[in-house]
Amino acid sequence: MSQTLILARRNLLHVLADPEQLIGLTIQPLMFLLLFVYVFGGAISGSTRGYLQFVLPGLLVQGIAFGTAQTAAGLNADFQRGLIDRFRSLPIGRSAVVAGRVTADLLRTAWSTLIIVAVAVALGFRFHGGWGGVLGAACLALAVGFGMCWLMAFLGVSLRSAESVQAAGFMLVLPLTFASSVLVPAASMPGWLQAFVKVNPMTIFADAMRGLMLGGPVATPLVQAAAWVAGITLVFGALTVRRYRTRS
Amino acid sequence: MDELAIQTERLGKSFGSKRVLNELDLEVPRGTIFGLLGPNGAGKTTAVRILTTLLAADTGRARVLGFDVARRPQQVRKVIGLTGQYAAVDDLISARENLYMIGRLLGLRARAARRRGAELLAAFGLADAAGTRVRAYSGGMRRRLDLAASLVGRPAVLFLDEPTTGLDLASRNQLWEMIRDLAADGTTVLLTTQYLEEADRLAGQIMVIDHGRTVALGTPSELKGLAGGQVLEVRPLHEADAAAAARVLAGLAGVGTPGTEGDLLTVQVPDEELVTAAARSLDSAGIPVSHLAVRLPSLDEAFLAITGHPAEADADAELEGAGR
Repeated sequence: MSQTLILARRNLLHVLADPEQLIGLTIQPLMFLLLFVYVFGGAISGSTRGYLQFVLPGLLVQGIAFGTAQTAAGLNADFQRGLIDRFRSLPIGRSAVVAGRVTADLLRTAWSTLIIVAVAVALGFRFHGGWGGVLGAACLALAVGFGMCWLMAFLGVSLRSAESVQAAGFMLVLPLTFASSVLVPAASMPGWLQAFVKVNPMTIFADAMRGLMLGGPVATPLVQAAAWVAGITLVFGALTVRRYRTRS
Repeated sequence: MDELAIQTERLGKSFGSKRVLNELDLEVPRGTIFGLLGPNGAGKTTAVRILTTLLAADTGRARVLGFDVARRPQQVRKVIGLTGQYAAVDDLISARENLYMIGRLLGLRARAARRRGAELLAAFGLADAAGTRVRAYSGGMRRRLDLAASLVGRPAVLFLDEPTTGLDLASRNQLWEMIRDLAADGTTVLLTTQYLEEADRLAGQIMVIDHGRTVALGTPSELKGLAGGQVLEVRPLHEADAAAAARVLAGLAGVGTPGTEGDLLTVQVPDEELVTAAARSLDSAGIPVSHLAVRLPSLDEAFLAITGHPAEADADAELEGAGR
């Protein structure tokens, strides 16, 4: 556990030492928020204000999914630099390096999420789920980030080059977040696509987030979201740790 | 207590159909520097990766301080340090933070980790750059930091995989000095290298390997004997004298047949006294020379002398072994 924190500290030092990363972490999610709300808002919801209410919970999920790509890139870079060899030759826990990475990336995700919410509230977003909803949304955001980090960690330890990691992360997250209820309601999509949207975990995460932030039915999407997060974490956590140990 | 720091028995490893290690037997007594010498692809890196628990062997067994690397890897990791071919340090943080991180990972408390880091940075001449991000370091500084990083836990057995490849002469000498100091303090060092000179300067015992099997084992002087002694280089001042100079050298008793590298004549001299004799004979034959030097045979020359065939660089195998 303490080894995980030591390694998480090292990953966070990267962010502090690199102001560009910090700016990216802060500006990029904001850019998404402003572009989506002011470019598409009127066309989709009739008003930017109305779209902001609809889209913010979805954008949080999307931002988390994109943000965790850093987990894949960071782990891959550690392999490239030969640092993983050093870590593996030290008497430390087999999951400490990946867990340290995930911990640091969760903090980064939390930071980005807080920034978007703060700006959205300033632009007129209002919570309708009460304090319980706010708290629940925060917990859900961390849980989704946690699950996605392990999925990305697996990409990071499995693929060889930084380019293929980036391409794979992008090709995974982009369709998943667009072919979902993250940005628009699924009702206007063709039937075959709706079938996919329905089972897409991003839809489930976004619906659960909406329920918590806007008030509405939450029980079913929350249970489904929890199942997805647990499933992703178990499967990809085990695969990642195994791959981390045996990759030569 | 086990007298041997490192021991392997019939160690074997293949990558696909390629045999990288073939029944390698290795014994390194405690407190000595052991040189593992061979061309690219000989299996040096693979052997080091197996001994440092990074790679599993297919056959045979390996022990470090008596601990089996396959069965008790965590015990092995507690007593070893590893410096690989590529400086494995985090270049986005400072040298101080690198060493602090490793100290903490090894179980030191915060203050002890800071102290140990400062100690090593001072010893390796990096104290002035301690707070600088490693990205700004020169190649030599990075290697020194890499070596420092593998010493944080005061390992009893240190593995150095081609520690000076790509370094300039000054940095190389500096690193050699540090390695000798470590051995003088009782650390066992296993060093892989492609340079006979490096092995000669540092190691008490040298094993030459090729295609994963041992081709020679001995002290540096025994090995130099096997390799046909030192090499005398002569460059006549006037190119027209080349043939005459070659005849003079060939006429010396006990000297091999002179070879040429451009305008440079090279000849193996098994006995060092022949060097003076060569200079005298050239002088009395009235052949002025612009360059007269004695050097150790290169790995290629030694290989040719020992194995009867030139060392073939087999980059693929070594690359697979290194996982890059």
